[in-house]
Amino acid sequence: MPEQPDFYTTTGNKSGLWSWIFSTDHKRIGVLYLFSLLVFFSIGAAFGLLMRLELIAPGKTIVEAATYNAFFTLHGVIMIFLFIIPGIPVSLGNFFLPLQIGAGDLAFPRINLLSWWLYMAGGLMALMSLFLGSGPPDTGWTFYAPYSIRTGTNVTMAVSAAFVLGFSSILTGLNFVTTIHRMRAPGMTWFRMPLFVWSLYATAWVQILATPILGITLLLVVTERLFGVGFFDPAKGGDPILYQHLFWIYSHPAVYIMVLPAMGVITEIIPVFSRRTIFGYKAIAFSSMAIASVGYFVWGHHMFTSGMSDTSRAVFSFLTFIVAIPSGVKVFNWVASLYKGSIRVDAPLLFSLSFIFLFSLGGLTGLIMGSLATNVHIHGTHFIVAHFHYVMFGGAGFAFIAGLHYWFPKMTGRMYSERRAKTGWAFLFTGFQLLYFPLFILGWQGMPRRYYDYLPDFHPLNAASTVGSWILAAGLIIIFFNLLRSIRNGGQAGPNPWGGTTLEWRTSSPPPAENFEVAPVVTEGPYAYHHKKDRIL
Amino acid sequence: MNDMKTETGPAYSGYVLTWLVLLGLTAATVLVYHLHLGSAGAAAALAIASLKAGLILLFFMHLLREGPFLRAIFLLPVLLTGVIIGLTFLDVWYR
Amino acid sequence: MSRGQDTAGSRIGMWLFLFTEILLFGGLFMLYSVFRSKYAVEFHRAAEDLSRTAGTINTLVLLTSSLSMALAVAAIRRGKKNGSLIFQGLTILLGCVFLVIKYMEWSAKIGQGIYPDSPALLGLSHGEILFYGLYFVMTGLHGLHVVIGLWALIFMLASTLRGTISGARFVRLENSGLYWHFVDTVWVYLFPLFYLIT
Repeated sequence: MPEQPDFYTTTGNKSGLWSWIFSTDHKRIGVLYLFSLLVFFSIGAAFGLLMRLELIAPGKTIVEAATYNAFFTLHGVIMIFLFIIPGIPVSLGNFFLPLQIGAGDLAFPRINLLSWWLYMAGGLMALMSLFLGSGPPDTGWTFYAPYSIRTGTNVTMAVSAAFVLGFSSILTGLNFVTTIHRMRAPGMTWFRMPLFVWSLYATAWVQILATPILGITLLLVVTERLFGVGFFDPAKGGDPILYQHLFWIYSHPAVYIMVLPAMGVITEIIPVFSRRTIFGYKAIAFSSMAIASVGYFVWGHHMFTSGMSDTSRAVFSFLTFIVAIPSGVKVFNWVASLYKGSIRVDAPLLFSLSFIFLFSLGGLTGLIMGSLATNVHIHGTHFIVAHFHYVMFGGAGFAFIAGLHYWFPKMTGRMYSERRAKTGWAFLFTGFQLLYFPLFILGWQGMPRRYYDYLPDFHPLNAASTVGSWILAAGLIIIFFNLLRSIRNGGQAGPNPWGGTTLEWRTSSPPPAENFEVAPVVTEGPYAYHHKKDRIL
Repeated sequence: MNDMKTETGPAYSGYVLTWLVLLGLTAATVLVYHLHLGSAGAAAALAIASLKAGLILLFFMHLLREGPFLRAIFLLPVLLTGVIIGLTFLDVWYR
Repeated sequence: MSRGQDTAGSRIGMWLFLFTEILLFGGLFMLYSVFRSKYAVEFHRAAEDLSRTAGTINTLVLLTSSLSMALAVAAIRRGKKNGSLIFQGLTILLGCVFLVIKYMEWSAKIGQGIYPDSPALLGLSHGEILFYGLYFVMTGLHGLHVVIGLWALIFMLASTLRGTISGARFVRLENSGLYWHFVDTVWVYLFPLFYLIT
């Protein structure tokens, strides 16, 4: 491959920091997002560790109840709105969507940059809500009315932050949809697109069609706080349950914004490391779309104990079970793709297999939550905390790390230390189980979430969980240290270290500013391993 | 997607005609109000409003001349709004 | 890889943005339908106190502004810069007329002591409190969209004068037009929902 300068050396007419924060190159914006995400993730993780530390023993350990309330609110707001919702699409998606469809950039490069600026503005506002006004918000990330309207803490700022972040998310979504429709390389038909692109496509639609509902909901919280209109205030004829409806109309589909791209990453990795084409390409593509659409009709399962009507409780519970079908389709297809494959358990696959295991646990406990009767028993306990950490961290988080390892050579041109990656995995996986599994048991036994104190009976499992949080943190440190260090010190990776067949592996590592020297022409599906037996790892 | 660069687009008269129909429908909806039809009146008002919205979308916003993708996909947010309201009413009506 | 301007792509992007706007207002329409079904009689009584004349005139103003917007795009597409400028100016003028009428309506209500959380409003029934709450929030959000649309159109007017919008490159004007028509469409629904409740 004739050498063209890679995109790191092509700075245009700007230099230093400016060549990053004003760049419209999707690869630079992707890297920019990656580091921004890492910063916010670290802050969110710090709040999480502090919460676990408070819960190491009953009674007050390190902070007062009010501070603990601020901790779980900020942990939730940062992790959800600043890490896991933008997460994979804005970083890996931004970088690899154009590469995978053989395009030069996204359809709207400047809007892409604008979405990063909005993201940073929203992030700073969320952090400022900690220090400005009368104290950090203490409502939880859900901002439930009427408390969010009455509390004296700085909810207005936090809510506005989430609004700005929503706008950023919408811009990413419409950019991706337009790009996929308009900019596929010649020959790249819909069913020749890599499945990561399909998952981003489904996600982008959810971003476009669900996020505005969050926008109006948060705007209403601000209006209520400033003007006291009364939509959610029974004293004025309003109805607080309507707030919950509006909030979850967005926030349930948002769960799929978080997990669909993660599933896409896993679908990319499995064929590469088992040297087989993916099993059931169309089934996986359609199940992404199915999850995205059915995901709209199940929001009520967050509200089983809110006092809404029995009819809607039964209907929402039933609809919830339908989501399990396309999710199950994916899991079976992944496992079937591995069957009789020539499997090599490198770090990306190791994280992917962990994803399948943890996501299945999270998904199956989701069915327990989705059943009306059992939900009433475990609603608002630590069971739900365990469930969504299995899905969000065990699912989306592990997939993110898997994707980082898989595409790290392409992004940097370097290889990380495989040994350190596996050590990091061992710590992360062990710590994860020790941290979150006890919470299932505690929740089943009745320990409620969002309290800084608990009965002495719950002490041993809580202590174990806190120890788990330290092991998990050690794992994260090893993983990120390994990756950051390898940016400079890793060995040369070459254009295609894994023997991948999707388009991003056909250009140099790191790619040139224009992505491809020659515009690629596509003649076959994305995972054509059947006639590539001669290629070895 | 039609390539709209090669043609000059619809004639001015088409827009004026659309506008005249819209004015007529506005008169109609005010007229229906004065008939005091109760809940049938509300349905009629919504139907007329949707007719007007349809005219604006199809002719002023050229949805009629766009490709099949946009025409089909436009129904998505509209239907979704309907579904959201409908599922919420499952709660509100039966509570 | 060189990238020319993909006008169809730009229009898709704009339509997708309008989808998000539909759902933004959709949340409010959901609240409206719940409260109206709950307080049908009070909504009717409260709506009687709005000025139907002002509402009707504003409907005609916005519909006409939509016509002139469509004509502005049609003119630039035929390369008629001056015609397009006149129609763009007319659209902006009508948008301002709409806002002035809306302002007079709001100040009349506020003058009577009817505004969110006002003592006079809290003295009324629940249905009326919510009716006026919805009235101010929904027409307020709509008015905000009109203001944003006006700024976009002023920007387009300047671009047309400078020649960066022309018969060869008019997708930005077209997209601003889409936005303006959308704002008009929202009003088409707001008008019967607030002024014509039987």
